[in-house]
Amino acid sequence: MITMDLMAIDLAYGLEKLLLIGGIITVSLIVAMYTTYAERKVAAWMQDRRGPNRAGPFGLLQPVADGLKLFFKEEIIPLTSNKTLFVLGPALAMVTAMLTSAVIPWGSSINIFGRDVSLQIADVNIGILYVFGVVSMGVYGIMIGGWSSNNKFSLIAAVRGASQIISYELAMGLSLIALLMMTGSLSLKTIVQQQMEGGWNIIYQPLGFLIFLICVFAECNRTPFDLPEAENELNFGYHQEYSSMKLGLYLFSEYVNMFISSAVVSTLFFGGYDIPFVDEAALSLSLGANTVALLGFGALFAKILFFLFLFIWVRWTIPRFRYDQLMDLGWKKLIPLALANMLITALVILWLNK
Amino acid sequence: MHINEILFWFLTALALFSAMMVVFSKNPVHSVLWLIMVFMAITGHYIIMNAQFLAIVNMIVYAGAIMVLFLFVIMFMNLNAESEPQKSKWMKFAAVLSGGSLMLILIAALKDNDGFISSMRGEGSIGLIKNLGKVLFTDYVVPFEISSILFLSAMVGAVVLGKKESSTIVS
Repeated sequence: MITMDLMAIDLAYGLEKLLLIGGIITVSLIVAMYTTYAERKVAAWMQDRRGPNRAGPFGLLQPVADGLKLFFKEEIIPLTSNKTLFVLGPALAMVTAMLTSAVIPWGSSINIFGRDVSLQIADVNIGILYVFGVVSMGVYGIMIGGWSSNNKFSLIAAVRGASQIISYELAMGLSLIALLMMTGSLSLKTIVQQQMEGGWNIIYQPLGFLIFLICVFAECNRTPFDLPEAENELNFGYHQEYSSMKLGLYLFSEYVNMFISSAVVSTLFFGGYDIPFVDEAALSLSLGANTVALLGFGALFAKILFFLFLFIWVRWTIPRFRYDQLMDLGWKKLIPLALANMLITALVILWLNK
Repeated sequence: MHINEILFWFLTALALFSAMMVVFSKNPVHSVLWLIMVFMAITGHYIIMNAQFLAIVNMIVYAGAIMVLFLFVIMFMNLNAESEPQKSKWMKFAAVLSGGSLMLILIAALKDNDGFISSMRGEGSIGLIKNLGKVLFTDYVVPFEISSILFLSAMVGAVVLGKKESSTIVS
């Protein structure tokens, strides 16, 4: 009987996690889909145009139409390309874009049929390092795709992209060390809970946030750091030889990356699922824990949408960096700044604890 | 079979197969990609042993950073299966001999070690970041700092090498 019980619990646990994973993947894909729409609408708004408005009311079906178009395009694999790697590239880009979502706490736990279901796929105690691990894997999608296309422009773009991501990873890590010295924990859930009690990290780490945000833009290959796809220098960048849905996966993974990194930024610096100016514990007594958990998820989502808007806003405002300027900013400005931030944080912590 | 055991054998098979493919692939880029697979499998082993920090650092540093640099160099040099230099027979013979004797020594060294099996069950918390940090910064602080100086000197060396070239061009 005991083994039966154990199996039942395991099954329910597995099912719960599977549903959660399915839900998060669906949500990120839908959000990514509508970010493409938002990008075009916001761009139009900033440039005093109308933007997509033909497919469906307000052009809301535009992303569906785009997706269908990509699906129905002819699949072309260049003759001289490396076929296995050519297919592997976009797949890797998409997978690594999704993987980070595993450690993000999307909300506190909700209670379904007497079971506490945590809205986080895995609360590992190395949460942030896991994010870094996946980010460093993300380079391969670009590099493999660019190299296997057997095209000079693709290769140059791939190498550019990879060196950019490696360079900005350093400053990103250094800016986070200052944050981690304050929290004393690498688990994202613990970091959110600390922010619920002691105020958001942005108050204590404004400089760290700024450095982190710049690095996130660079890691996502977004303007002003979109040199891997600088069309006036490299035609179309590392996905030049791609067509149909393989191209779609590359383009889409950029938006998934934006969504996930917005979630990471909100979690680390803006309290994650914390509802601002509200005491969750008191509220859950009057409204019930489930409602508060859903509200918290809503709060996180609002923060994510704001950062997505910021991504788009910056793209249509700031022109692209030149490559040497990009490297200059990464190595000579952001890294020393992050180091100084780290030292100051350490000194203040030591001084306060004395 | 316990789930850890299944995972262990799966990862072991994966690691060994990928390691073989590193050696046997004609294309250097494929070799590097297989090597990344080896590192991933080893990362999996670390996770089974509950050495989370080691696992993730292995992934970030080896599979992430170092292999990207390898890939960089190989992509730039445009090495192909055709341009691979053929080593002489004696070289291959010597390589097999030295590799074989290294394996013998390793087997001899690990044969009597039973600390292995207990750590394979995923018990023990020494691999968790808190404990590892404490051990590193109390018991082993001197070797730890010395190794960091080693890294610093390597970094300074790299900068010096890079600087020299540009100054000769200017002059």
